[in-house]
Amino acid sequence: MGDILGLIAKRLGLGLVILFVISIIIFFMVELLPGDIAQAVLGQGATEENVAALRKEMGLDKPAPVRYLEWLGGAVTFDFGNSIVTDEKVTTLIGERFKNTLFLASYAAVIAVPLAIILGIIVALLRNSIFDRVVNVATLTSISSPEFFLGYILILYFAVNWGMFPAISSLSEDMTMWELLNRTFLPALTLVLVVTAHMMRMTRAAIINLLASPYIEMARLKGAPPWKVIVKHALPNAWAPIINVVALNLAYLITGVVLVEVVFVYPGIGQALVDAVSKRDFPVVQACCLIFAGTFILLNLAADVGAILTNPRLRHPK
Amino acid sequence: MKKDQIILDRLAAAARDGRLSRREFMSTATAAGLTATAATGLWSTSAKAQPKRGGTFRWGIHDGNTSDTHDPGTYTSRQQIYLAHQYRSYLTMINPDNSLGADLATEWEATPDATAWTFKLNKDAVFHSGKPVTAEDVVASLNHHRGEDSTSAAKSLLTDVEDIVADDKHTVTVTLSRGNADLPWLMTDYHLAVCPANEDGSIDWQSGDGCGPFKIEEGEWGVRWTLSRHEGWHLEGPYFDSLQMLVLNDPNARQTALVTGDVDSVSLIDLKTKSLLERNPDIVVDNVPSGAAITMPMFCDVAPFDDVNVRNALKLAIDRQEIIDKIAFGAATIGNDFHLSPVQPYWPDDIPQREYDPDKAKSLLKKAGHENLSIDIHTADSVFSGAVDMCVLYAEQASQAGIDLKVVREPNDGYYSDVWLKESFTAVSWGARPTPDVMFTLAYKDDAAWNESHWDNDRFNKLLLEAKAELNDEKRAEMYREMCMLMRNDGGTIIPFFNNFVYARRNNVKHSGQLAASWEGDGARAPSRWWFED
Repeated sequence: MGDILGLIAKRLGLGLVILFVISIIIFFMVELLPGDIAQAVLGQGATEENVAALRKEMGLDKPAPVRYLEWLGGAVTFDFGNSIVTDEKVTTLIGERFKNTLFLASYAAVIAVPLAIILGIIVALLRNSIFDRVVNVATLTSISSPEFFLGYILILYFAVNWGMFPAISSLSEDMTMWELLNRTFLPALTLVLVVTAHMMRMTRAAIINLLASPYIEMARLKGAPPWKVIVKHALPNAWAPIINVVALNLAYLITGVVLVEVVFVYPGIGQALVDAVSKRDFPVVQACCLIFAGTFILLNLAADVGAILTNPRLRHPK
Repeated sequence: MKKDQIILDRLAAAARDGRLSRREFMSTATAAGLTATAATGLWSTSAKAQPKRGGTFRWGIHDGNTSDTHDPGTYTSRQQIYLAHQYRSYLTMINPDNSLGADLATEWEATPDATAWTFKLNKDAVFHSGKPVTAEDVVASLNHHRGEDSTSAAKSLLTDVEDIVADDKHTVTVTLSRGNADLPWLMTDYHLAVCPANEDGSIDWQSGDGCGPFKIEEGEWGVRWTLSRHEGWHLEGPYFDSLQMLVLNDPNARQTALVTGDVDSVSLIDLKTKSLLERNPDIVVDNVPSGAAITMPMFCDVAPFDDVNVRNALKLAIDRQEIIDKIAFGAATIGNDFHLSPVQPYWPDDIPQREYDPDKAKSLLKKAGHENLSIDIHTADSVFSGAVDMCVLYAEQASQAGIDLKVVREPNDGYYSDVWLKESFTAVSWGARPTPDVMFTLAYKDDAAWNESHWDNDRFNKLLLEAKAELNDEKRAEMYREMCMLMRNDGGTIIPFFNNFVYARRNNVKHSGQLAASWEGDGARAPSRWWFED
């Protein structure tokens, strides 16, 4: 167990270094964008004088490295600064948005992960049957279409033609949990369709891969029924790759939802990031990107720890 | 029943449903044989319905960012502009018939040389906080856009203003360094919203307090705004009890929300699916001519455009109607190479429409010694949806006149900083300005920074300055007519069309039949002008 804690500590330390490097890259990428914040905020009607005045007010007259170091000084003490454009605290600006994104991601994950793994086990059990083919074709079709297209198809049938679910997922404070789940069902379903195929096929492949092993043959020979062979004997050894794929897809649910947010008008963090980039609002871009990067680092760490925990050989190294 | 009577009854019914604008009603009714007076009578007696109070108006709007703010000096997005017209007020407003009307100011008056304007404020006007609107608030609100360190985008609009003083509690006088007969029109500019003044003469734009028809209950930029009726509003209305503005940036999301009834109206629809939406019996599409122009400026000081014959040949070589039909899907008003649209003040209605005439263009080019003219036009898709297609179609039309027009497609990002005003022939999209003076001064005066065609016409420049301070409307209209003729026959700008505003509503939402052309949604004032009918 001590080994795992050591590994987690080491990986978290490494994660911080990665975040630092990413923050530098993001800062200079935002700097490289053509155009100017003051110009973007004031629009076409601005004169040179008021662009200059606004630049000064926003603190853009200082050289870029100085601005970065100022931001970094704050970030070390968990003060991510204020938005350049609106002068609001970045944390209040994206806090609520991030909560919304997490909600949608969890909603989709709670449906998608069990669904994908159970489907994966079933198709491994019934491999090469009609059921296997149908599920494969269906999930591959949904992963092969862009998610905005899937969203439009779902809207067309579930919202416009059949009127079962609302077409736009605008949220308000006074919604009950049931209303909330109902309003966000279509975007969650879109995400489920997008991530299921990957996880399901990995589960299927990992299990089938093991079915040729001698110990599986042994299990079969001693008369275990096929579902028991797979769930009890094959699955424990297949967890490592499955956990990895699940972690990657969970990260995608948080970082890759911009298009789904736009199609369903869901107030998540992706929309805030797109707006911030178009206005060159560096502290907001930085905070969003660091959240995304942090999500990837943490989920990858979780996947590695999970893989170790499910593999006794890694748990007890010689 | 006579056939004409049947037509008229149908017309009246369509007008009651709000399917016809007053303009369309009038032209159809007169075509059916009615005199103009009779048609007007029919419109006001049978067609125009009485507004009813009640309901929550849900308005799906486009162009809303998370990074927008309440600072009127930085208003750029539609979300900011629309919201400003709900919870804040202006001194004056554009009426549904596009005339100038009273908002906070009840009357206004100028000195004979138009260098000082006095505005009398409405004594009933109060902020949502209960504080009465006084001259101090107006002075502070206008001064927000002036002065050395003002960051406002409206600063250039008020450069001629020398001083703004409060004469008494309800009177404000604006003095100008040069006479400007249009000042009351300029006060409708979306930046010049009236906010409560602070002790030190600055304004409190942060709190969201205002004196408009609705007060903000709660909201988040880029997501939604919930407002309720301001019972103490100084004008008639609003009829809706409350208002919800939902930011729906995606065109499909907007249209779906309207079709499924999640919203009652949307601020912009996709022209490609306009005809499909019109087939839905629950939905009414409003197609409103505006003053927003598409222009194609040529540098008048660069060969071959320095020859007026070449410029006019290029103006004759464009088939505007085909471009409107194919690129704008009919939702546009034809241009005539002067930058003033029929819905704007001082539009001269007697200037003949320039038609597509490749043969005449050919002969003009021959006269100029530029047969087989070969030129480039620069454009990008970000100018407007269809800008590149428009230029390709124009190139095809111009080839009939022997012109070899090559379309150069530029990157979207940075088009207005790297291509516009740099290349000698480009395609440009302009927002509407309230008066011809503002537009002409901005883009056609010899020394204007945005003189996009490098045009320098002495007579035009002289007339522009004279007309600016002319208070006699008739004389002024004559001057603008002459300026329009000069632009049309000597200027370096092709104006294929003026964009229409195309928006839609559920058929239980009604309006007077007249729609202001300053912004989408009845000049952005739909929530305080429209009503529900059960």
